Amino acid sequence: MSRRSLNLVGLVAVGIVGLAFLFLTPRLAELDTVLDLTVYMIMAILALSLALIWGYGGILCFGQAAFFGLGAYTYAIAMFNIGESTLPLLLAIILPAAFAALLGYFMFYGRISDVYLGVITLTVTLILFNSVNSTAGPEFHIGAARLGGFNGIPGIPPLNWPFNKSAPIDLEGMFYLSTASLLLTYFGLRLLLASQFGHVMVGIRENERRAELLGYDPRVYKLATFIVGGALAGFAGCLFANWGNFVSPTIFGLAQSAQIIIWVIVGGRGTLIGPVIGCIGMQWLSAALGANQPSGSSDLWSKIFANAPLILGIILIAFVLLVPKGLVPTLADIAASLLRRRQRERRGLSPQQAE
Amino acid sequence: MAAPLLQTRDLSMHFGGVKAVNNINFTLAEGELRCLIGPNGAGKSTFFKMLTGQLEPSHGEVLFRGHDISRAHAHQIARLGIGIKTQVPSVFDGLSVRENIHLAASRLHSGERTRQLVDEMLERIGLAHVADRAVGQLAHGQRQWVELGLVLSTDPQLLLLDEPAAGMTHEEVHKTAELVREINRSKALIVVEHDMQFISMIAKQVTVFNRGSILVEDAVENILRNPLVRDIYLGKQALA
Repeated sequence: MSRRSLNLVGLVAVGIVGLAFLFLTPRLAELDTVLDLTVYMIMAILALSLALIWGYGGILCFGQAAFFGLGAYTYAIAMFNIGESTLPLLLAIILPAAFAALLGYFMFYGRISDVYLGVITLTVTLILFNSVNSTAGPEFHIGAARLGGFNGIPGIPPLNWPFNKSAPIDLEGMFYLSTASLLLTYFGLRLLLASQFGHVMVGIRENERRAELLGYDPRVYKLATFIVGGALAGFAGCLFANWGNFVSPTIFGLAQSAQIIIWVIVGGRGTLIGPVIGCIGMQWLSAALGANQPSGSSDLWSKIFANAPLILGIILIAFVLLVPKGLVPTLADIAASLLRRRQRERRGLSPQQAE
Repeated sequence: MAAPLLQTRDLSMHFGGVKAVNNINFTLAEGELRCLIGPNGAGKSTFFKMLTGQLEPSHGEVLFRGHDISRAHAHQIARLGIGIKTQVPSVFDGLSVRENIHLAASRLHSGERTRQLVDEMLERIGLAHVADRAVGQLAHGQRQWVELGLVLSTDPQLLLLDEPAAGMTHEEVHKTAELVREINRSKALIVVEHDMQFISMIAKQVTVFNRGSILVEDAVENILRNPLVRDIYLGKQALA
């Protein structure tokens, strides 16, 4: 079986599982489960945005949370001012994309090296966190929207059907929207990666100088990749602001930025499905550990297991040390070597059978 | 008279006080095959880097068919038609041989035409049997050919080859010499090489670099007899 047909099998499998999940979950699960799953889907879109720019574009962005948060805040502020969600949704994609374009222009055309790129993107996120965090007073408002500082913005109006203010999308609708968006994002990115643009992007990740000497301008490709990643993260932010009807500066925080990188590391760089699995798995695990919170005094072990950040930290270290490629690429390697061994055995047998 | 394919005027590269390349005046005619020799540190690779936009000259200029390209970006120069095979093979190690060639060929072609050209190139560089292997897993000599295939796939007018026979077996060296002669039927080349045997297989005109300057430029048989050239190459041994 060639790599191309394996690829196709993978695509079909993701499609079937995705569609089954999309249509069956609301029929089978309780509403609070559906609500939990919705946020997993939203975060998985965010994970895909970093999977693209880091895993395929080779751009280590520590500040993907900046675009996510910008998307959430843009939606919230625009919603309080406009009241109908079509334009706020578009703005929540366009504004982070434009910010990515501006930031990316200076980074890539200024030939900033990889390490500094990480530092700059992280700094930008923390600047946003501090700025928004200190806007608690009533004097900080954009139009009718009060920024609320560290208190955040509560009561964000929900999305409605395009151009129809009287038809808001309910909780179940949000699940359908988020899951369908995740599937569309996944398949859209697969298309992008299969295109000439995607091939050049991966070539630049592999060897930037060589790509340049073949006549491709790495700056253009990196910038375009960065903008797509920013737009996707902004879109996820918009969905997130909808999901909880609330946004606060912690969205720009260090924890949020680190989390996205952990999803990609655990799931595997250079794949799309890996970070999605990593994201959903890690979130499910944090939720499970959080629910385990002991009430009153209990023994040491249950206290340790209830400490979610500690467990997640151990998992991260274990992955970096033991499974550095991440879950999905490692499983693929194992499957490939098993397949090769079986082929070798079969080839070894056939001459004897011929005799 | 038409402008030469490539011409440099007082081309220099200074790193601090070190004059790696100093006032090089070099001319290459259309369709010419030129060999560049000289001891390590003579400035050959630096010269190549200036021709391809990887280094901006301290002063002087590079003219490609009369256009000044000395301040152009590497990707612009590549698009004008200068391709380079670097000293250490610069390839896409994580991708397969086929993906490597495809990436290069798809800048100029698309769809079925690209696939056809990729298959032809795989045959030409003799790597069709390992087309789906990752380039990083291949032997040094094979990676040299992958890089050659990459450069050829962008259909350059001028090829710069920096030590194309380094690390190759005797048989591979012969094959590479044959390939260079075949390329020269339609394209101009500048070849940097230390292997005198390889040079004598392909060369007509030879330029000798020493300490950042052109020492001598002559036909290959004269160069091989030139006592000055022998001195700079064997100087260390003579001293020892």
